[in-house]
Amino acid sequence: MSMPLVFNIQKYSIHDGEGIRTTVFFKGCPLSCLWCHNPESQRYRKELMYHANRCAVCKACAAVCPQKAVVCAAGTMRLERDLCAGCGTCLDACLLNARELAGREYEIPDLVRELEKDRMFYDQSGGGVTLSGGEVLAQDMDYIEELARRLHQKGFSVNFDTCGHVPYEHIRRVLPYADTFLYDIKLMDSEKHRVYTGVDNRLILENLKRLSADGGKINIRLPLIEGVNATDQHTGAVIAFLRDNRISVYRVNLLKYHGTGGGKYDKLGRCYDEGGMAPPSQQWLEQTAETFRQNGFLNIHIGG
Amino acid sequence: MAGRQERGMNDRVKKLRKLSVETQPHIYIERAVLETEAYQMYEGKVSIPELRALTLKHIFSHKKLYIGDGELIVGEKGDHPQSAPTFPELCCHTLEDMHNMHGRDVVNFTVTEEDLKIQEEKIIPYWEGRSMRQKILSSMTEEWREAYAAGIFTEFMEQRGPGHTVGSVKLYEKGYLDYQNDIKEALAKLDYKTDPEALNRRDQLNAMYIACDAIMILGKRYGELAREMAAQCADEQRKKELLQIAANCDVVPAHKPETFYQAIQTYWFTHLAVTTELNPWDAYSPGHFDQHLAPFYERDTEAGILTRDQALELMECLWVKFYNQPAPPKVGITLKESSTYTDFANINTGGVTPEGEDGVNEVSYIILDCMDEMQLVQPNSNVQISRKNPRKFLKRACEVASKGWGQPAFYNTEAIIQELMNAGKSLEDARKGGCSGCVETGAFGNEAYILQGYFNLPKVFELTLFNGVDQVTGKQLGPQTGEAKDFKTFDQLWEAYITQINYFLDIKVRGSNVIEALYAKYMPVPFLSILTNDCIASGKDYNAGGARYNTSVIQGVGTGTIADCLSAVKYNVYDKQTFTMEELLAAMKANFEDCDRILHLVRDKTPKYGNDDDYADGLMKKVFNYFVDNVSARPNMRGGMYRVDMLPTTCHVYFGDVMIASPNGRLAHKPVSEGISPEKGADTNGPTAVIKSCAKMDHLKTGGTLLNQKFTPAVVAGEQGLDNMANLIRTYFDMDGHHIQFNVVCKETLLEAQKNPEEYRDLIVRVAGYSDYFRNLDKPLQDEIIERTEQDFGGC
Repeated sequence: MSMPLVFNIQKYSIHDGEGIRTTVFFKGCPLSCLWCHNPESQRYRKELMYHANRCAVCKACAAVCPQKAVVCAAGTMRLERDLCAGCGTCLDACLLNARELAGREYEIPDLVRELEKDRMFYDQSGGGVTLSGGEVLAQDMDYIEELARRLHQKGFSVNFDTCGHVPYEHIRRVLPYADTFLYDIKLMDSEKHRVYTGVDNRLILENLKRLSADGGKINIRLPLIEGVNATDQHTGAVIAFLRDNRISVYRVNLLKYHGTGGGKYDKLGRCYDEGGMAPPSQQWLEQTAETFRQNGFLNIHIGG
Repeated sequence: MAGRQERGMNDRVKKLRKLSVETQPHIYIERAVLETEAYQMYEGKVSIPELRALTLKHIFSHKKLYIGDGELIVGEKGDHPQSAPTFPELCCHTLEDMHNMHGRDVVNFTVTEEDLKIQEEKIIPYWEGRSMRQKILSSMTEEWREAYAAGIFTEFMEQRGPGHTVGSVKLYEKGYLDYQNDIKEALAKLDYKTDPEALNRRDQLNAMYIACDAIMILGKRYGELAREMAAQCADEQRKKELLQIAANCDVVPAHKPETFYQAIQTYWFTHLAVTTELNPWDAYSPGHFDQHLAPFYERDTEAGILTRDQALELMECLWVKFYNQPAPPKVGITLKESSTYTDFANINTGGVTPEGEDGVNEVSYIILDCMDEMQLVQPNSNVQISRKNPRKFLKRACEVASKGWGQPAFYNTEAIIQELMNAGKSLEDARKGGCSGCVETGAFGNEAYILQGYFNLPKVFELTLFNGVDQVTGKQLGPQTGEAKDFKTFDQLWEAYITQINYFLDIKVRGSNVIEALYAKYMPVPFLSILTNDCIASGKDYNAGGARYNTSVIQGVGTGTIADCLSAVKYNVYDKQTFTMEELLAAMKANFEDCDRILHLVRDKTPKYGNDDDYADGLMKKVFNYFVDNVSARPNMRGGMYRVDMLPTTCHVYFGDVMIASPNGRLAHKPVSEGISPEKGADTNGPTAVIKSCAKMDHLKTGGTLLNQKFTPAVVAGEQGLDNMANLIRTYFDMDGHHIQFNVVCKETLLEAQKNPEEYRDLIVRVAGYSDYFRNLDKPLQDEIIERTEQDFGGC
């Protein structure tokens, strides 16, 4: 496999685990959730993001593009995405910052060095590093395992934010170095799961059982979207699954859907269909949290 | 919003606070009149120190008194809150100055026709040609005057006196009769046979003795007035209060205070005397007030004569007293460098005891409650955070700060102690120390640490790029260090830059030393000298090196701007060669108009300070280290040394205004960066990266640095938000960061407030080392605050 691509390193990340953390977002995901608010996280290759509102169609990008992927005609600028190699040459030419490149390689020592920078904040706050995505466990696992091992060796808490749709072997490889798994459950209905995310949920739920049995510290995260899964039926099914399979759950987070990712689709030359998706009401979220509590899940939080 | 004016724990405090906040600051000419009378009576007949003390005594013997309805703590500079006396011995305002201060948009003072008449007929005729301002300006060299006019540095003492000082525990252990005994002892020890200074010491000690009389007269008169008012008071409750005030004045300030109530009252009399004697920068400060008051609080509550609520009420009454005193009116460049009513009285709550133990006590929490309840910009109510302080205290302070009015700011106790020891203080004196003014470190009660003026680091770089020629005036101000295009390497450019820095530092220090000598000679402060160790023992004045420690401070301004300018040039002209030096200079002159490529490269493609990037941060360190090493080695005129602080008050706006566009893409006349914060918009990696970058500066070599962080409310909301804020502070302090303060407001709120100032009359923002009402700031400063990077991570 090729070297994983990182599309963002977010410092002072305070909503994905304990304390002050740095989150590394790896590019490429086996799922393509319809509500995904980081569409640049889905594909495994570098992608050019284009801010049409900043572009003056000066054609500087077209002039320097080695692949001739930029086509200017009649006062508009169009990117032939099939031709674009993601080399980033056009970024330096664009004086208006209308172009940005999602995805860059880091050698492991360079990435560790970057993540070490906030060590004192981790130590003070009980924070650490969160490896996220895209899907961190659907990357080159030699790389990810080595990265996790080095971070662990430095004494950092390493969290894995995962969708779970990966070979269990991948999870098993990082288990010795992991602090917490932030584990998403999207839909309990497998067919609906396939419709909304592109894959069914059998592997995800199976992995969750195995991870629990192997002693992983699990933080269940439920993205909740009105029109998709913000129903008592879905959350009831989650509770039943966790209970029936005796999943050892350290914490549950109810994540309210925010329709904020739409603009990013435009920049990638893609369409975003919000069709019927909306944030659930605060009242319903609070009721749901109460239901979890009544079922013995006392460490429940609304939000990250 | 109007409801927020009604703050305070009860009706009394609410009423007093409302009167203070709603009263327009005005000139109070009486002090100038009484001072002129005193000089006409005594000048030439007595020594200068005695003349100053007799002047204070004359003022306190004859000034109008004021006890406001409901007041529990008494004493005003004028006959009403918001009275601003003038100090013609320092700066004799022209009629034009007075018209100006009346009519200007911000920091204005009402001046009546009567004031103008008195100024014209009594004050100007006597003081014209005698003021310190005139003595100072006429003693400066041509190079000094030109550099000063060009905005390369400012001069603090041209219309306000040295000061920047803080009371120690001594204020509560002695009364002024006790000080008179100490003075008598010192007089008895004078050795006229062998000490050539003996006579000067005698004059100084006599002056201190008279100054003790002066404050005791003031206290006695307030006691008498309270008794008279009580006699005529129909309201039984108020009558009792007035009699209690009178009883307090029977004890303090002549004797040491016996109760918590008297301790606060004695501080306040002392505060009035220091700020009436002269107009010292930063007024006077209670320092470790919580530690000083704790023994009184414990004794009185155990004895059953004081409840926590009563203690809080007295504290809130004192807060109103501070707020009643606007900083005396400033004009000219002094107004630009410190464009505020705030007089920088500063309280350091928390920290450690002189024995090095946790200094937090119940009074610390009372003070935090008072801050929270009152939300007044004066006093500057700040906290010292030590490793030894409970996390509960830190979090309570975070909670108060998270309400969005800029206070308290956070000082690092361990850093302060190391900074002070690094500057030669004993461990115990260092532990007793703290911060005053904005962030300036001092040994409270033992040190005269005098701020001399701001130094414009980016402007000197601008001059360097143009071979010493000021691009605003066209004058050759600096030495000819070579045409920038001829520098083949960055190191050559750097050599030219430090030559220019050195040249202007020499001019600045030469000027400051002359000014210190002028103050020592003409403007002693016998009253302040009583309070500051070891002036009585040495028989020397505070302004003449009588204090145990004597420090002069030059404040570096524009850290973020200069780091980014150096980075822009080094990275683009020398390392990557993306453009030439000629192209850059042409772009700067053109204010980057039609220079989109260069502007893009320096703004968007160049490493910037504030992102935990060693390239730009390394350049910050390089310029800081040069500056601090070069200043710190210099001796002052009072037997001490120069030190460096990195803070701007409002001077970063003025310093930007005197500059053309900078290599980092900052446009002409826009503010330079404030404190040690990154240039606006330069920091894009969040607060931890800012803190890391700032911590690369060796704070312990300074006498204080200032870091401003702005958060939207969402970031600090809830228990988790406060924990994260506390963790940021603790981590910065573990890295030896000196100070951090937070503005917690939404950008939209500020824009709205700019459009509708009347609707946001009570909106307070943290400016730089102090907080102020947003409406009191001029437009460029408002814009500046709006533009400061809004840190908003983790989602709202």
